Amino acid sequence: MRFYKLSLFRGLGFMLVGTFIGVVITILIRLLIGLPAWNAEPILVVGALFGAIAFMFGTRVMDDWFKWARGIDTPEPAEDSEAEGWKRFIHVSFDHKVIGIQYGLTSILILSVAGLFAMIFRTELAQPGLQFLTPDGFNTLISLHGIVNIGGILLGVAAMANYLVPLMIGANDMAFPRLNAFAYWINIPAIVMLLSTILLGGVDAGWTGYPPLSENLAKIGFSMFFLGVYLIGLSSILGGLNLITTIIRMRAPGMSYFRMPIFVWSTLATMIISLTATQLIGLSFQMVLFDRVFGMDFFNPNQGGNVLLFQNLFWFYSHPAVYVFVLPGLGIISELLPVFSRKPLFGYRWVALSSMAIALVGFFVWAHHMFTSGMADFLRVPFTYSTLLVAVPTGIKFFSWTGTIWRGKLSFQTPMLYVLGAISIFLLGGLSGPPNATVATDLHIHDTYFIVGHFHATMFGGYLFPFVAAAYFWFPLITGRMYSERWGKIGFWLMLIGFYFQSLFQMQTGLLGMRRRIADYDPALGVDFQQLVVSIAGFVVGLGLLVFITNILVSAKRGQVAEQNPWRSRSPEWYIPTPVWGHNYEKPFEVVGEPYDYGLEGSDYTSLGGVADTPADSAVPEPAAAD
Amino acid sequence: MTTQVEAHSGYKYKSDSNRLGLWLFIISDAFVFGGLLVSRFYLFAGERPELNQWLGVIVTFVLLTSSFFMYRADTDISYGNVKGFTRNILVTLILGILFLIGVVGLEWPTAPFSAGENAMSSIFFTMTGMHALHVLSGVIFLYIVYRNGKKGLYSKERHFPVEAAAIYWHFVDVVWVFFYPALYLMGNPV
Ligand SMILES: [Cu+2]
Repeated sequence: MRFYKLSLFRGLGFMLVGTFIGVVITILIRLLIGLPAWNAEPILVVGALFGAIAFMFGTRVMDDWFKWARGIDTPEPAEDSEAEGWKRFIHVSFDHKVIGIQYGLTSILILSVAGLFAMIFRTELAQPGLQFLTPDGFNTLISLHGIVNIGGILLGVAAMANYLVPLMIGANDMAFPRLNAFAYWINIPAIVMLLSTILLGGVDAGWTGYPPLSENLAKIGFSMFFLGVYLIGLSSILGGLNLITTIIRMRAPGMSYFRMPIFVWSTLATMIISLTATQLIGLSFQMVLFDRVFGMDFFNPNQGGNVLLFQNLFWFYSHPAVYVFVLPGLGIISELLPVFSRKPLFGYRWVALSSMAIALVGFFVWAHHMFTSGMADFLRVPFTYSTLLVAVPTGIKFFSWTGTIWRGKLSFQTPMLYVLGAISIFLLGGLSGPPNATVATDLHIHDTYFIVGHFHATMFGGYLFPFVAAAYFWFPLITGRMYSERWGKIGFWLMLIGFYFQSLFQMQTGLLGMRRRIADYDPALGVDFQQLVVSIAGFVVGLGLLVFITNILVSAKRGQVAEQNPWRSRSPEWYIPTPVWGHNYEKPFEVVGEPYDYGLEGSDYTSLGGVADTPADSAVPEPAAAD
Repeated sequence: MTTQVEAHSGYKYKSDSNRLGLWLFIISDAFVFGGLLVSRFYLFAGERPELNQWLGVIVTFVLLTSSFFMYRADTDISYGNVKGFTRNILVTLILGILFLIGVVGLEWPTAPFSAGENAMSSIFFTMTGMHALHVLSGVIFLYIVYRNGKKGLYSKERHFPVEAAAIYWHFVDVVWVFFYPALYLMGNPV
């Protein structure tokens, strides 16, 4: 296939033309209604919007929809991609597995970009004084580090959910394959917009983009920032809709809700948040955009506006969003622990429902981000209590994990190491949470590096480590090859040790009074040493991630051919030939038992068969060294 | 025993999935409108913009009436009455366009304030604009269904797009049932 026919390039070409057309049309309309022809911000915003729509036309994901509108029926989308080899991943496909990998690769790519931003400003922070960044440039970098990472994590969550959920529930694809492809591709123009902010004046207001700062700074970057996040949110909403429908409608016969794999439960809880709460960050960003572009006054106190409205709408999503980031990861932990412990998941039902409980409670805690904002004092206490309530279902998960490992026959391959690392790190993130939720302590540590340390702990433990664990665990299924176990372990230790130094010293720096989002610090604060350690540790984490990325890329091509079901898992996706493209299950299977009855003789999960654990060989065999 | 492949294809199975997807979309969309309503009362609890009351009553009446004809169209097609269906959907479509003319064509230009004037005008234009956008997309949806219906693509058994258009149209209508009092009736005019 010629390169210009590949969706990515075709889309980008269309995007360029679309942006140009949008700009011209806006100028014409402005002239028509008697405004001066050129005003960069509104013109570029409309241009970017046109560009995004043109991109979607260019990729051809919407072709079938237009046919339906004209009354033309189309066959089910082709199960395999038109493109071959690596081109498969930059061309439209309606196969949920290809889309899952597209999400995954895009996620890893933009997380790396966000990581590079961090390395730049961590170099600046390694010693006091301003070395090479301006304060504005520093703030743009930290803002983009935050928001690009958030986009990357959302894509990573979608990657895991897209690839795994249909396989796990025995479906051959998602409920709405075209919508699925649409939801992926809309991210590409969004990412282009987000990164374009660097060239358009920057976004030096933090990743939260609070008005009035984000409203009054005359930098076009802000509009692109809001528009880009809006489109990523749209993707998240559509993905949620699709996954919920898939999970409710397409489970294999016999798979009742309480026989679903635990990852499917956590995806369901996650997607309920994505489907609903995302609309409110969309609304808040839309309002700032209207304020900027149309001169509206939602957040202009001089004209009856109220900046706290933004914070309320923003956090109504952005707190639950944290559960969108971590619930799938926690699901991966619960999914992998029984396999590597050869024991049933302890308290399956409780774990399943705890995800739902976390999602539900998450809707009632948002104002804990606003204790210092000047909101009504009497609201602080109820929000403290609702926030602390989250610890209960989270605690259930920890009990389950401990109970699962307890007296299990553990084996320590790379995925298991990452899972155990994730548990220890998430514990740190969890324990450093209550001080932020409690008003008395929060007033002291609000907006300090303590929060930065806490948040990085929750993201590393709840998302990053589980994501890497999942990537390694399902690597043989995805590629049909085995990753390098040695490099996997090296990467793990680099990331784990790097992380602990980074996060603990961030927390200490914060307790010593270092405020976040400031390019410089006073040597008298006594945090020079800690800042240097955080910077070095950050680079070590980056190195660990580089090892991971290199490992999967190299092994995908040169790794040893993997045996069928190397982890001796009971999950159905391991009982089909690998690597699998197109149709998932040649013949449908039936669920005949419990998903996690590892070590229980004669028990099967599905009619595809199972693994019999005899006491003699119950640990997962170490895979042959493949270096 | 029907195989999974058979059970998971077929018009009815697909329509059931589509219906669930549509309702999830509506739940999601309701959060936007809910957020707008909350914002409206958060900014101005006891006040409302000064608007043309007669126009408000008329457009509300037009939109509510359109829902009646939408219901008729949906019922007609489920009895296989294609002629009644096309006639009723055309009436719905025209009433929808009249509503748009009333709000965007009349209320907007004659309102005694502009969009960029203050926070109250901002919330008024954003709420009516967001709702009008939904009415507009509903009108387009109705037109597609009308055109395909005239081609004879829908029957008693196979008419999910009509049902979807009806659900969507009623939803947009119900949103206005909340927006109309919030904008035109509640609070003191300023
Ligand atoms: Cu929070």
